[in-house]
Parts: sequence; structure tokens; C-alpha cells
Amino acid sequence: MKRSNKPVFWSLFGAGGMLSALIGPMLIFVTGIAVPLGFLLPRETMSYDRMRAFVQNGFGKLAVLLVISLFLFHGLHRLYHCLHDFGIHVSTVLKAVFHGLAIAGTIACIYLLSRL
Amino acid sequence: MTAGSKQAAPGMKTYVRPIGSWWLRNSFYRWYMVRELTCVFITAYAVILLWGLMRLVQGRPAFDAWRENLASPSAIGFHLLALLLVTYHAWTWFKVMPKTLPFISIAGHRLSDRTIIALGVAGAIVASVLVFLAILLSILQAAP
Repeated sequence: MKRSNKPVFWSLFGAGGMLSALIGPMLIFVTGIAVPLGFLLPRETMSYDRMRAFVQNGFGKLAVLLVISLFLFHGLHRLYHCLHDFGIHVSTVLKAVFHGLAIAGTIACIYLLSRL
Repeated sequence: MTAGSKQAAPGMKTYVRPIGSWWLRNSFYRWYMVRELTCVFITAYAVILLWGLMRLVQGRPAFDAWRENLASPSAIGFHLLALLLVTYHAWTWFKVMPKTLPFISIAGHRLSDRTIIALGVAGAIVASVLVFLAILLSILQAAP
């Protein structure tokens, strides 16, 4: 019998679900509301120089990679299950597309981080 | 089940029962759908961050333009909605944790469902406060 890849993708879905449950709301609040509005945190929190410095050290790189990649794996995995709920038949191809998008996003993220 | 396509012989047409707006039938289904749709916002948020990372690689003008976009009313509106929905996702995530985790026993006693949920919520609050403090400290350190 062919080995299922389900445990791999489910683990990544679960890891992304856990990470987004723990710090997702706070991250969205900081990067999407507080900093752009200069509310509680100065707008300069996400200045070009500070963000470059952040992703130039190993910890920052890892943090950015984990958030982007795991959020993508979580979101896209659940999204393709959603299609089923809406009555759209999820073929193996479509499933591969959704997981493929998460993998592509992860590769893009690693590539971008390597350029900084 | 993603049946149909897997079981039917190639080229064979199977009857697919149309499904209407079943999620509107009762509030349990409606909230289930809200939870499932939180994934749209988590995905979109990851894409926004990835986009920002690309702009950061492209240089200062590109990154500043991205930050400018983040301050637009539509971006703020999106993030407010995302904040609400991802908070709901977090709550549902911890609420099902007693079912998704293996049994945990401490000194022969199984952790109760309530304890597991409470630990999850407390963990999220502590982690979020730590993230915020770390960002705040990095700003205060930079200031003379």
C-alpha cells in the first residue's frame, strides 16, 4: 500500500493552527493595526532599517519563516476542506495545488530571507 | 469524504447530489462555517507578510510603499476583521484541544477538559504578552 502523505500535511496544518492560535491575533494587531496607525507602538517599529536588521539575524529569519510558512500550510489546508463544504469536489489534483501553493510560499520565503 | 472520483471507474459519471446553503440551516453550522473561513484570513495575512518581505528585499522605496499601503483604510479594515476572526479561530482551537491532544495524566489523574482549555487560553495570553513586550523593549532600547 502506498504511504499516505496525510500525516505530514496534517502536522503542518496543526503546527500552523497552534502557532496562529497562540500569537496570531497579537501579530495581526501589531503589524496590521498598532504600527500602521502609530497606536501604542510608534510607526517606526517597522521601519526599513529595523526590519532589515530583524531579518538579518538567525532568530528573526526563523521567526519570519515559521509564521509565514506555517500560517500558509494551516490556511491552505483548511481552505481546500472548505471547498468540499461548499460542494466543490476536491480532486487529488486540487489538493496538490493547495499544498503546492503552501510549499511554493515557503520556498519563496526561504529564497527572500537568503537575499537579506 | 472526497469519494466519487476515487471509487468510480475512469470516465464513469457519478451522480453528485447538489448541496445548497446547508450552513445556514442552524447556528451550529453557521459557527462551524465562520471557523472554517478564518483560514481565508490566516492565508491572506501570511501572503501580506510574504509580500512585505519581498518589498524589503527590493529596497527602501518599495518597503516604504508597502508600509504606506498597510496604513490605508482598507488594509486597516482587513486587519481588524482578521483580528476578530483569528481570535475566534484561537478560541475554537483551544476548545477542541481536549479532543485533539492525547490523554495527559499527571500523578495518575487525567487532565480535565476544562484544565486543558484553560491552559491553552492562558498559554496564548502569555505568549501574546511576551511578543508585545519583546517588540516594545526593542523600541525602548533603540530610543536614546
